[in-house]
Parts: sequence; structure tokens; C-alpha cells
Amino acid sequence: MAIFKDTGHLFRFAALFVVGTTSIFVLRAIVTPKSFGQYGHYRGAALKDLADRPVKYAGHQACEVCHTDIVTTKTAGKHAGVNCEACHGPLAKHADDPSNTPAKLDTAVLCVKCHAASAAKPKGFPQVQADDHSGGLACDTCHKPHDPAIAAGGAK
Amino acid sequence: MPGVEGFMYPNEVELQWSVLIVLYPFITGLVAGAFILASLERVFHVVTIKPTYRLALLTALSFMLVAPLPLQLHLGHPERSLEMYFTPHSSSAMAMFGFVYLWYLMAVLVTEIWLDYRKDIVEMYHKSTGLLKMIYWLMATGNLNISPRALELDDKIGYTITVIGIPSAFLLHGYVGFIFGSIKANPWWSSPLMPVVFIFSAMVSGVAAVMLLFMAVKKLRKEAIDIHCVDTIAKYLFYLFIVDFSLEMLDLIHRIYEADESFRSLDFMVHSRLFFSQIVLQICLGTLTPILLLGITQLFKIRAGIRKAIYTTSGLLTLMGIFAMRWNVVIGGQLFSKSFLGYTTYKMALVTKEGLLVAIALAILPFIFLTILVKLLPPFGENDAHHAPQPAIGD
Repeated sequence: MAIFKDTGHLFRFAALFVVGTTSIFVLRAIVTPKSFGQYGHYRGAALKDLADRPVKYAGHQACEVCHTDIVTTKTAGKHAGVNCEACHGPLAKHADDPSNTPAKLDTAVLCVKCHAASAAKPKGFPQVQADDHSGGLACDTCHKPHDPAIAAGGAK
Repeated sequence: MPGVEGFMYPNEVELQWSVLIVLYPFITGLVAGAFILASLERVFHVVTIKPTYRLALLTALSFMLVAPLPLQLHLGHPERSLEMYFTPHSSSAMAMFGFVYLWYLMAVLVTEIWLDYRKDIVEMYHKSTGLLKMIYWLMATGNLNISPRALELDDKIGYTITVIGIPSAFLLHGYVGFIFGSIKANPWWSSPLMPVVFIFSAMVSGVAAVMLLFMAVKKLRKEAIDIHCVDTIAKYLFYLFIVDFSLEMLDLIHRIYEADESFRSLDFMVHSRLFFSQIVLQICLGTLTPILLLGITQLFKIRAGIRKAIYTTSGLLTLMGIFAMRWNVVIGGQLFSKSFLGYTTYKMALVTKEGLLVAIALAILPFIFLTILVKLLPPFGENDAHHAPQPAIGD
């Protein structure tokens, strides 16, 4: 056909474009998960995946069933509002099987996560330069972690 | 904490965007700049720079092929990082990458190069043998028609593509600037001037790169350098640099005058952690020195040999300055806390997937691509009397 005589190469190049564009749509269809967009701009099946993950945290109510003495001490102190697992870490396994005891915490490392001095913290929040304050000693040498204020009779 | 001064939020201590993300806007800038230089000849008929037209296009393509690699390495997950091309989305600026990249690469660069080279490809097909013949046949899409009517059509369509390509080049690099400029939580980045500054710095770096490459390729081939051509490129580089520098200074003056709540923090950063990379490398050595050197060549009559030395020095300094600018944007924007109360340090890794060695490899890779492309598609018209090299003048 006359129209293709001098434009044939352009049609071929355009055909390559069409093939390329189509392959992008095909690949898109292949790589997009089936449940994508089911509820919103995310993979719908992700909800079930997340729900199926094992529970790691027991919740403070589970701890308080057995550790009533700690509850009494903690309720009277400054850490009353701090949940058990905020310091002790996830303990669902221990709650399910009390013989599975967690490792003892190193207070020299743990306490400074909250109490290291920082310009951004409110002035009233207890904070220390750990090296100056304790010279490397573990915090629980002087403070009881569940009722830490020494003035309140928390010293060992 | 080592490397941290004052207060940083926990997620700010370690930088998420590494030297590879510095390389990404640098490379895309070279692409956009090289293309715009090529379009000067094609659309605006600046005949003097015709010898660089094809080299500029091949440079743009070589760098364009490498441009997404820093992103893919940053993403990790080689089994799915390619999906960024197949699943572009308008829901976020970053998710637009697939659209912007594929449009610019395929609809603009590859098409324009193919149309411009088609006659040469067919001629080289006839001259070559074996595997090379097959490659040229594939490149010609199996159609070997180079009748005057077909070539005339190629030229017309090529011109249209170039006209479309200019805003596309602006879109590509403006898009990269937009990614930073649109992040309102980061005062170092958030500025509507950011895409414009990126576009002009892209043009500066791309023009400087093509100027250097043109001189280097001619030197390597032991051919005379067309000094009139280099003079013209240097003149455009000078003008573009002045606009680019003015825009950057406008941004700076605006920030200093506005002096919002972030100013003290950013000002401290420029005087401390970014002093060397911003004040020394970017502004003094990478901007003011090349502007001064190029200005001297515009004002005074200087011998061709010295002019070439000045152009080489200012070209290299320009590339270093623009790289420093990308560094200061990408790394600088992550060094300070959004609380404005502290600063962190960027410690570049060496052999990790986002380390220095990978960055060096990615910076070298475009030159390997360019060498192959120049061999496959000679840019100086060896196969075309129409593109025959101009006799060297003033050399």
C-alpha cells in the first residue's frame, strides 16, 4: 500500500511502543496483589496476615494476676503509669507459661532510655547524665525500679 | 551518642537517604541538561553547536539508563524493586517516577535518537557483517527504507519530538526538585523555588558535562577541537550559571530575610556541618570560580589554548559544584532535627549496597554505556557527509 511505502518504519516503531506499553500493563496486572484496593490503597489480605501473627505482648492485666506485690509497690510510686512490658519487653510467652522466665534486665542500660538528660525533655522530668550520676553503676544499686524515688523511701 | 549533637528524634539519628540519593538528582540533572543543549541546535537552530548535538543526545541516554539504579539499590528487594516502573501512581510524587521516567526515556530520548540515527543505522547495516549487522537490523526495526520522503518524515517527527522533549526535560528534573520542594515538614527542602533551581542547575551541569565530553572525545580521537563550538557552549554555560546562581541567592536571601523558626538551626548547620560542602565546594569553588573564569573568557580576548584550559577547569569545577549542591540538599536536609534542637552526622559506608564504592561504580557506568553507544552510533557523522566534522578553527 502506498501509505506504508515511506512510513512503514514509523508504524513498526509505533508497534514496538504498543507492545512495550501493553507489556507494562500485563506486568502490572501480574505484580499487583489480588486483594490490592479491596478496602483502600493497600493490600486487603495484609489485614489477615497481620491478624495471624502471634501475639507477643500479654498486657499489664495478665502480669497483675500473679505479681500482686509489685502492683502494690508500683502503684505507690512514680512509675505507676508505666506498663510492665514497657520495661520488661513482650511477655506473652511468660504469661502463657510462667516457667518460661524472662532474662533479668540491666538497669544501667534500660533506665537511661528514658532518663538520659536531653534539652528536649520537660524540665520537671527526672533526667541525669548517667556517667556523672552513677559512675557506671547499675541504677537499681540505689533505686527500686518499681518505686524509684529515693526521697519517698525507695532506697534499698 | 557519637556524631549527635543536642537532641534528635530517634528516627532522625541515622540518615535514610544516602550518597546514592545524592547521585540520583545529579544524574537526572545531567540527562535534562544534555538534552536541552541538544535541543538548542535542533529547535533554536544554534548552528555552531551542531557538532555536539548527537553526543549530547547519547550522553543524555547513557545517564538516563543509569538514573533509576540508585533508586533501585536504595529500595533493595531486587525481586520487586522493578515494580516501580509497572505500578506508577498519582497518589504520591515518588510513585509518579514510573510515568516520568518511561515517558522521558522512551517517548522522548529513544525516539529522537532513533529518528536522527535511522539513516546512519541503515547505512551501517549495509557496511557491517555478522552480529553487528543483526544488531543494526534490529535497531532499524527490519525496515531499511531511507528514501528522501522517509527521511523527510523522520526529520519532521524528530523536530516535533524535540519540541515535546524540552518541556519533558523540564518535567523530569522539575519533578526531582518537586520531590524535595514539596516536603513541607523539612524547612531545608520546602520551597517552591526548589524545582526551578533544580532545572537550572540541571542545565548548568548537563551543558558543562557535554562540553567536557566533547573536548575529551575529540582529544581521545586525536581530532582538532572545534573551538567556536566550545566557545558557544561556554557562553551558554555562563548565562545559565548566572541565572542558576541568582535563583539560589534569591532563595537564600528569602530565607535569611524571612528568618522563620527553623532559621537559627539551618544557619548553624551552614556554618558548621555544611561549611565545607556548601560554602567552600558549592559556592566558592563550584559556582563563583567557574562564573569568574567563564566571565573572563567573555570579556577578554584569550588565546584558544588557554580558553580550552579555562573551559576544562570551569567545567570540572561546575560538575563538582553541582554535585556538592545535590549533596547539600539531600544530606543537609537530614542532618538537623525537626525539633531544631540537634544535629546528626552522615557516615558514608564503603562497601554496602548504598556505600561509596557502589556510588563510584554508578558514576562510572554511564561512561561505559556512552562508550558502547558512541561505537555503535558514531556521533560525529562518520557515516554521513551531512554531519561531517567541521574543520578546526583557532586551534
